[in-house]
Amino acid sequence: MYVIVAGGGKVGYYLAKDLINEGHEILIIERDRRKVERINDELGTVAIRGDACEAATLAEAGTSRADVVVAVTGDDEDNLVVCQLAKIKFSVPRTVARINNPKNEHIFKLLGIDATVSSTNIIMSQIEHEIPYHALVHLLRLRHADLEVVEVTIAQDSTIINKPLRDLQLPPDSIISLVVRDGQVVIPTGQTSLASGDEVVAVTTVQYESALRKVLLQ
Amino acid sequence: MRIVIVGCGRVGARLATTLDAEGHDVTVIDANPDSFRRLSSDFRGSAVVGIGIDEDVLRRAGIEQADAFAAVTNGDNTNIMASQVAKVVFKVPRVVARIYDPIREEAYRSLGLLETICPTIMGADRVRDALLAPTPTPDARPRGV
Repeated sequence: MYVIVAGGGKVGYYLAKDLINEGHEILIIERDRRKVERINDELGTVAIRGDACEAATLAEAGTSRADVVVAVTGDDEDNLVVCQLAKIKFSVPRTVARINNPKNEHIFKLLGIDATVSSTNIIMSQIEHEIPYHALVHLLRLRHADLEVVEVTIAQDSTIINKPLRDLQLPPDSIISLVVRDGQVVIPTGQTSLASGDEVVAVTTVQYESALRKVLLQ
Repeated sequence: MRIVIVGCGRVGARLATTLDAEGHDVTVIDANPDSFRRLSSDFRGSAVVGIGIDEDVLRRAGIEQADAFAAVTNGDNTNIMASQVAKVVFKVPRVVARIYDPIREEAYRSLGLLETICPTIMGADRVRDALLAPTPTPDARPRGV
């Protein structure tokens, strides 16, 4: 894949490094000459100096053949403009924006950005992940369908242990899609029953998440 | 009309003062409270301190009741984002964004995404017209002056 990264700060740098290691073609666009030199010294010639909010810079970067444009500067308005120009002027199939202020997430969605990454929300979900047991952990939010992928670890004293899944009163639009037991993945059926310590991955809607929480954590 | 203006620099302050004097209900937003000193002393509108791309700040400025919205900060991208928030999120009927960069201005205008003003193009065109305007020939000058 050809991936253009707008912003050569820490996020852009490490993202580019990982993508290069995975064999992708990467170009970083960065305004600061010193950052460009540092990146090119360390990662090979992968960075150009320029303002990714300018269509001329994007044209020079070959944006029309890019598979993905990722905007990871520290300014939400800049990330928005980079992604919109990439989409509108260069028909880039997928644009991803870093969001600094979590409030902007739904605005970006309304304005047509394909995917957003909010570091604040990621840190929040990591904190949730570190809380053992009883917590319903958000793994992923599928925005366009308003679906949530959540994980829960079944407690020792859970009342749903040893009951077949078909007997659980799951809320509408919710499904248990995966059970991890002793490191082994089990694709559950109606006959599967849960055991203490099972990690259950479920898909639900934003609306029914708290109802699902009640069932799985009882 | 109820008008919300983001940016109280030279253009924003003059715009706010003019519209206020014409009897409109004007609220001006700027991140820097010092910038409100640019407003004329008889400005009767409101001034809100905050970032113009922040929904809560826009709400505080009364954007939900606004008939028109102008984004005239010195940052093109701030103006682009603030205007789209006004138009798409708050459905303000009339939204104008100032964009200095002609290419970015063209991109947003040509797609009908925003109504835009590009001071770079307007300024250059005016200067060009002034430079190339026919100068009076010596004969046409008033005699005896």
